[in-house]
Amino acid sequence: MSCAKTADHFKLLTGPYAGQCVTVDGPEYECAAGLGANLGIFDPQAILEQNFYCDTYGIDLISYATTVAFIMECYERGQISQKDMGGLDLRFGNSQASLELMHQMSRGEGFGPIAGLGVKKLKKLFVEKYGADEKLLNDIGMENKGLEYSEYLHKESLAQQGGFALTNKGPQHDEAWLIFMDMVNNQIPTFEDKAYALFYYPMFRTWFGLCGLCKLPWNDIVPADNHLTNTPAKVPEHVQNYVDIFNAVTGKSIDKDELIRQSERVYNFQRVFNIRMGKGLREHDAAPYRSLGPVTKEEYLSRQERYDTQLRELQGLDPEQMTLDEKIAATRTYRERQFELLTDSVYKRRGWTNDGVPKPEHLKSIGMDLPILLEIVEPLL
Amino acid sequence: MIKVNTKESNWSEGMTVQDLLDEKQFVFKHIIVRVNGVYVPPEMHAAFQINDGDNVMVVHLMAGG
Repeated sequence: MSCAKTADHFKLLTGPYAGQCVTVDGPEYECAAGLGANLGIFDPQAILEQNFYCDTYGIDLISYATTVAFIMECYERGQISQKDMGGLDLRFGNSQASLELMHQMSRGEGFGPIAGLGVKKLKKLFVEKYGADEKLLNDIGMENKGLEYSEYLHKESLAQQGGFALTNKGPQHDEAWLIFMDMVNNQIPTFEDKAYALFYYPMFRTWFGLCGLCKLPWNDIVPADNHLTNTPAKVPEHVQNYVDIFNAVTGKSIDKDELIRQSERVYNFQRVFNIRMGKGLREHDAAPYRSLGPVTKEEYLSRQERYDTQLRELQGLDPEQMTLDEKIAATRTYRERQFELLTDSVYKRRGWTNDGVPKPEHLKSIGMDLPILLEIVEPLL
Repeated sequence: MIKVNTKESNWSEGMTVQDLLDEKQFVFKHIIVRVNGVYVPPEMHAAFQINDGDNVMVVHLMAGG
């Protein structure tokens, strides 16, 4: 197994290492999507150069890419001006402007440190300082709990919408990558199915972090007889392998259910920690609308056939008799409702209240009814 | 009609598993096909006929990084 994908003898054109040949550890697919398509940049040289400098400067690549895409969209929609960006012409496709922004960010100069605040703080800044449209920015600003979204187009997968937003650490796909199960395999059609997946997979994947193990052997190597098992998506042989490794190393005797409970204890502890820090309730699990559906007319029209069909099949409406604005509004009402119903189901499955607070009886059932946690959750019941 | 991954789908006389995979453009390498709960190995895809009313599951083994 090899996770490294390198570009050797790559000659840099900008920044402090301009003219030098380097090895670039990438681009991994999030890098190519974030620094490429999402910024309207389709030049491999520019994608690799941004990739190199993100790594070299220690800038999180996904946060950078999603933030710059947000800035570019705000600029192109007239919400901020070139002057507000210190003169940078950050329109979609301008790779040189993006690279200059990255260098400014590393030096703490110009617009760099402002962009470096990330989407959550930029939304507030653009509204308060430049009079930007708050509703639009909240719809298109791809962050949740202050973390920028990674690059999957997940608005067509309800389960993945939850996989990103109904998390403790913000929208990442380390916990639950459910797009294929949800949209292609259609293995989790009901709210209860999705809620189970949004319970099991985050818990299973959290366990790798608890034990310091790589999860890729679990999902990138398929046992020869995996297709004969009842739950091939879980890869049961690997689950048992991890149980055996844990028992061999620790001398304990756990089973696959206890493995999940180990994660559940930590996950609920994290949830209560978030609540204590003012970020762990239902309002903080809300998703920007772009995560759920088409915000703009261009977005709707880009997949009009799909969305019109959904109006017919899911809501019994006749798109031929509706204006574009009416279709966008009806789609939004439906999708936001679906997300709320999903949230209800997930909280129930996780043993949380409707506001996302772990119930004391659930904490007790997993051995986490610690006074330090109960004193946080009990006043919220 | 048949069911493919719990959704209604059109069926035609003589349809094989491979025909269905081609029609749905399911080309992923790690794929598991079950017809009415019975596993159909890849070497049988071209010959195995699907009957009207069958319940077909096509599972892509892709769990994401």
